[in-house]
Amino acid sequence: MRSKVCASVGEVFGGLKARGVLQDGMTVHVGGFGLCGIPEQLIIALRDSGVRELTCISNNAGVDDWGLGLLLQTRQIRKMVSSYVGENDTFERQFLDGELQVEFNPQGTLAERIRAGGAGIPAFYTPTSAGTPIADGKETREFYRPRDDTRGFNRAGAPAGHPRKIEYVMETGLFADLALVKAHRADPFGNLVYRKTARNFNAMMATAARVVIAEVDEVVDLGAIEPDQVHTPGSYVDAVVRTVSEKRIERRTVREA
Amino acid sequence: MSQTQINGRTREEMAQRLAQDIADGSYVNLGIGIPELIAKFVPEGREVIYHTENGLLGMGPSPIKGEGDPELINAGKRQVTALPGAAFFHHADSFAMIRGGHLDLSVLGALQVSAEGDLANWSTGEPDAIPAVGGAMDLVAGVKKVYVITQHCTKEGEPKLVERCTYPLTGRRVVDRVYTDLAVIDITPDGFRLVELSPGVDFETVQERTGATLLPADGATR
Repeated sequence: MRSKVCASVGEVFGGLKARGVLQDGMTVHVGGFGLCGIPEQLIIALRDSGVRELTCISNNAGVDDWGLGLLLQTRQIRKMVSSYVGENDTFERQFLDGELQVEFNPQGTLAERIRAGGAGIPAFYTPTSAGTPIADGKETREFYRPRDDTRGFNRAGAPAGHPRKIEYVMETGLFADLALVKAHRADPFGNLVYRKTARNFNAMMATAARVVIAEVDEVVDLGAIEPDQVHTPGSYVDAVVRTVSEKRIERRTVREA
Repeated sequence: MSQTQINGRTREEMAQRLAQDIADGSYVNLGIGIPELIAKFVPEGREVIYHTENGLLGMGPSPIKGEGDPELINAGKRQVTALPGAAFFHHADSFAMIRGGHLDLSVLGALQVSAEGDLANWSTGEPDAIPAVGGAMDLVAGVKKVYVITQHCTKEGEPKLVERCTYPLTGRRVVDRVYTDLAVIDITPDGFRLVELSPGVDFETVQERTGATLLPADGATR
């Protein structure tokens, strides 16, 4: 198989442009939680590509001068699908001015929507957000909680005295035109290994887009990653590029020895 | 509301009080704010395994100066450590653990808690407020037990324990117990029921500062 490793971020984006992947109005998954595990160099390249009116699916919106904050500053983002967006004045201003649309998702719902999208599941029911404004306008349905349902009562009907059904909210799967993810290690097949809590949303996003690009700390030879240790199998990944990441820390917290 | 000064528990004392109720061997998720103080007060000899939403079970304290790792943080974006036996996983797995009922206890802060156990803690609903959804709705929907730790009243003296929440809900009928500066209170099918008063605080004071009927502690005669 042809190696998926690209020599530079420029080569990756040149390829995306040539293939017509970069379109105004496109939807982009951007991995990371806070500033941890963000594809920082790919975000900069996305900004420099000049693509506009983006919908970005990302748990957070970076900080003012790093991560997705960079694309907010240049007003390339029309809509964010996120769970939490504090720590960013640019975001706050654009949100309160009504320039930026935001769809707030509970964090676990966001994660599961991306997982479902990647797994070919168009919708699912979750107990999260039932009875809250997040569920407004969404379809709801009652089920027995799975752990109260070892006998399959959700299909067959339960005998009297069984724990009552509770309300579930239907949520849809999320699939993007492009996913930008950050991993620690890759091989030429595109097999990915993440590191510590930088795995976060990257692993699901890598399964849920037409084109998936991984920014990595190191590229190793074929066979150097133990098959048992692969987190994202290479079939999901279109291109890999090694970068030197700054890995900024949002809240430095230490204790004295 | 005019109130005489009552010296209830401090934030640290509230955390210390709650820590006494965490059973040995529990899998626990601690929210941001006062809940973060709890870990250091868990009585010696009890082993508690901490989960953090961004993909770590077996979270340890903040790193020693000079040993921090930018790729090892908690849900509050603070640097942490991973203890021996820890596991890393992605967000969908982390919330499967939460939603699927595989954690024993979630401790969260609150804007309001209702007598039926409704929780409001993500938005004041005001036009200039940025909602903070985060992972709280998943935690309250799935974790086996949900404890709230909060000041009994707002800075303006308004009760946070109310008949019905006026702020947007995080979850409906989800809170089991509330720890405040003034008291420990259970949510029961009959409403708020006192478990215990903070030292130097009397029942009438707590009732006066609670926006719904407070039932006396089980077995108490009044």
